[in-house]
Amino acid sequence: MKATDISNPEYFHKVVDCQYACPAHTPVPEYIRLIGKRRYSDAYMVNWESNVFPGVLGRTCDRPCEPACRRGRVDEEPVAICRLKRVAADQKDDANVATRMPLIPPQKNGKKIALIGAGPASLTVARDLMPLGYEIDLYDENAKGGGFMRSQIPSFRLPEDVLDQEVGYVLDMGVSQIFDTRVESLKSILDKGYDAVFVGTGAPKGKDLNIVGRSEADANVHIGINWLESVAFEHTEAIGPKVVIVGGGNTAMDCCRTAKRIGGEDVTVTVRSTYEAMKASPWEKDDTLAEGIPILANHSPKEFLVDDGKLVGMTFSVVESSYDEHGKRTIRETGEVVTVECTDAIMAIGQDNAFPWIERDIGIEFGDWELPIVDKVSFQSTNQKVFFGGDAAFGPENIITAVAHGHQAAISIDLFLNGESVTENRPQPGTNLVSTKMGIHQWAYDSAVIDDDRQASAHLPVEKALASRKIESELGFSPEVAFTEAERCLNCDVQTVFVEEKCIECDACTDICPTNCITFTNNDGSPLRDRLTAPSLNLETDLYVSEDLATGRAMIKDEDVCLHCGLCAERCPTSAWDMQKFLYTVTKAGDSPAPLLVEQTTPRDKKNAGVAA
Amino acid sequence: MSFFKPNFRHPESPKNTLGLTTKAYEGGVSTLCAGCGHDSISAAIMQAVWGLNIEPHRVAKMSGIGCSSKSPNYFLNKAHGFNSVHGRMPSVTTGANVANRDLLYIGVSGDGDTASIGMGQFAHVIRRNLNMTYIVENNGCYGLTKGQDSATADEGSKSKKGKVNPFESIDLVALALELGATFVARSFSGDKDQLIPLLKAAMSHKGFALIDVVSPCVTFNNHPGSTKSYDYTREHVQAGSVVDFVPMKQEITLDQIKGSTQQVALHNGDSVRLSKLSDNYDPTDRINALKVLHDHKSQDKLLTGLIYLEPESDNFHEILNLPDTPLNELTESALCPGDSALSNINAGLK
Repeated sequence: MKATDISNPEYFHKVVDCQYACPAHTPVPEYIRLIGKRRYSDAYMVNWESNVFPGVLGRTCDRPCEPACRRGRVDEEPVAICRLKRVAADQKDDANVATRMPLIPPQKNGKKIALIGAGPASLTVARDLMPLGYEIDLYDENAKGGGFMRSQIPSFRLPEDVLDQEVGYVLDMGVSQIFDTRVESLKSILDKGYDAVFVGTGAPKGKDLNIVGRSEADANVHIGINWLESVAFEHTEAIGPKVVIVGGGNTAMDCCRTAKRIGGEDVTVTVRSTYEAMKASPWEKDDTLAEGIPILANHSPKEFLVDDGKLVGMTFSVVESSYDEHGKRTIRETGEVVTVECTDAIMAIGQDNAFPWIERDIGIEFGDWELPIVDKVSFQSTNQKVFFGGDAAFGPENIITAVAHGHQAAISIDLFLNGESVTENRPQPGTNLVSTKMGIHQWAYDSAVIDDDRQASAHLPVEKALASRKIESELGFSPEVAFTEAERCLNCDVQTVFVEEKCIECDACTDICPTNCITFTNNDGSPLRDRLTAPSLNLETDLYVSEDLATGRAMIKDEDVCLHCGLCAERCPTSAWDMQKFLYTVTKAGDSPAPLLVEQTTPRDKKNAGVAA
Repeated sequence: MSFFKPNFRHPESPKNTLGLTTKAYEGGVSTLCAGCGHDSISAAIMQAVWGLNIEPHRVAKMSGIGCSSKSPNYFLNKAHGFNSVHGRMPSVTTGANVANRDLLYIGVSGDGDTASIGMGQFAHVIRRNLNMTYIVENNGCYGLTKGQDSATADEGSKSKKGKVNPFESIDLVALALELGATFVARSFSGDKDQLIPLLKAAMSHKGFALIDVVSPCVTFNNHPGSTKSYDYTREHVQAGSVVDFVPMKQEITLDQIKGSTQQVALHNGDSVRLSKLSDNYDPTDRINALKVLHDHKSQDKLLTGLIYLEPESDNFHEILNLPDTPLNELTESALCPGDSALSNINAGLK
């Protein structure tokens, strides 16, 4: 096997499992350490630079980082990354953060961009392009910005003031807000002479269920995302006492918990899959059950029962799921039919993109399922001036993915409007690798690995939580609990860096390593994973392979369960091992790498600031 | 400075037949110098005891004084231990062995503790063929008192300051052969592939087993001119017999024993398989072993591996015809049979 090229930033990037899994590649261990030091505003800014909505994401993120977390491979549960992020947002000093917003040049660069839809993708584009001097018109059909973060996420999960603040950070940069305006024609927008247009309109079309009785029951059958939006904007203030939700995703969880707060007494969730296979996040399911809402798994909707023109119930076929060796699911009816009485039924069975407002003769080609053809890297459509991002680009995903799209689309727009190729000249990531050595055996991070279990986030008592749809039901971590949770982080960004020339092959690192990551063996071409000190079963993680050493052997480190405890470096007599902090930042539009050190985002004198704040 | 190891281990750590991972065989984090050969030997001992499926509490770690002798603190912290007086580990081990012959005795000593102050005790414990594994962590210097030459420092070897050692060294392996040791081996802390099987074989040997392990002192004896440095040892080592420890239960295939390998059965049914030094080398031939040892020394080669083995010999307990039951398990009635028994003995002497 060839020796590892650690000068390629992607190698160490992959070792930081959480950051690597995050679509926006937020430097997670970096901000967790800051939270541990109670430097909440600094932790917030590390997040904000990367994901724009730390307070929102700290409550609602789909958390791709947590299943990836290394701690989950050695301990029972991963670090509660999402809830730690919320601590940074909850505890930050608002005045301090306000002074750290980017400077907005008073002199504009003469280029004007339209953003359609004021959701996370568009707001991210605005956040990246406003500091570069672009003029931006932001269109949305609602009265306030936020997109589906506002319309579909209930206030008891995401309080309005949290959303307002983070949307405000972007809008206050001087974005021209054209709200309460539904764009019905992309052609008309293009005709206004914008230099570029970004489409971030989400996936706004909720799926319906066309089974027997649907049309007769219409008055009391609701489409989940539309219904949530209607509640959020207070067009709907109540629902009948008996509510059935059809669907098992996070929208279904939001619907049932909302229904329970605005009049639903007996609320039931029904889902065709097994409980385990439900699409909802496990913590959403837990919160649902905690509020006394039953989830009926293996229930496939059969018909709406209507009596005297009113919905009175639904029938379901009880089904069984089985999986073949390829994991393909087969659903079989058992013959049993169950009736659930209800006054209202909410369909939360998925959503689609819909672009009836985009003319088909303006150079935007559409592919399968009536989705526009969008480049996966540049987010440019076949009309060079039009870019897509968020759910509008490739179908429903989540907020953090929309943010990641927004950053990349902003780069493309900036390149495009500067006459450069949107595919060839994309900026490299910002990287920094610096030793944490403070003394012979001391490091600039808490290298000790604590045993504490994952900390639980406090919730309001159920009866209080259910009293209003606007009271946040989860209380988050206190600073003390957050400290314990932050200390659980293994600091995977503090890399074990090996220097061949210094190694005397004394075996001290192999002997001390708690997880037997390190092996010295001949790298003669035969498979290395079979010959390592410990079983090497996780093929997703890499082997760190050194050049050949004096005895002809090479150092092989399996990155899989390295605890980053630094003991190899502490027991190394020649400092052939060093613990070096690796910071990887996704470069944003304007070709200036993101700040590598928190110190670079320290508050500046507000008098010198431009238009911002 | 970390004084504790994290508690997490590799989730797929292999288990021995007792269901234990090596975690059960660990000790405290070493306070020896980083890179000390002794730490590698401690790791090898853990691996060997784990691999032999011996419960940690069935082991007694015995030591004297010195860097080597503090190392038992860094392995098998569930085992019994006695950090005794300088050079007196053999007599303390003899006493413990008489009291409880059922434990596995691992004596850890150094070149000072053995070849200087403990030389007399070393000689006598060999004579008595006490059932124990005696490990000498041999770095050729007094590391604990800033690196003065020890009695095993080779003549001509240079100290860190450049002073040449004018005295002849004591070769503990040759001495042990001369004194009638029944298991004699030499190894290098930097070669666990050889050391672990040797340790397993030594621990399975019924009688006195010596392993002289060259264990570089990174702080005072790992410089050019030293003959106990990592580099010098690697350049001059001659792995005599590639040793493999074969447990009794493991089936031996013809393929494994063909060629220039030889298999020697140990008392308990396990065996040691080794590739021969040369076609006519017989590890059970004491006189030839001495000759080969000296031949290598004259060529500036450090001969390692299993050098001599006498699988069937009477050990201390058998020589003295001691009861099979450990002394600490004998009841008062067995130990003190009473007046009538004494009268009978006295009557027999009249």
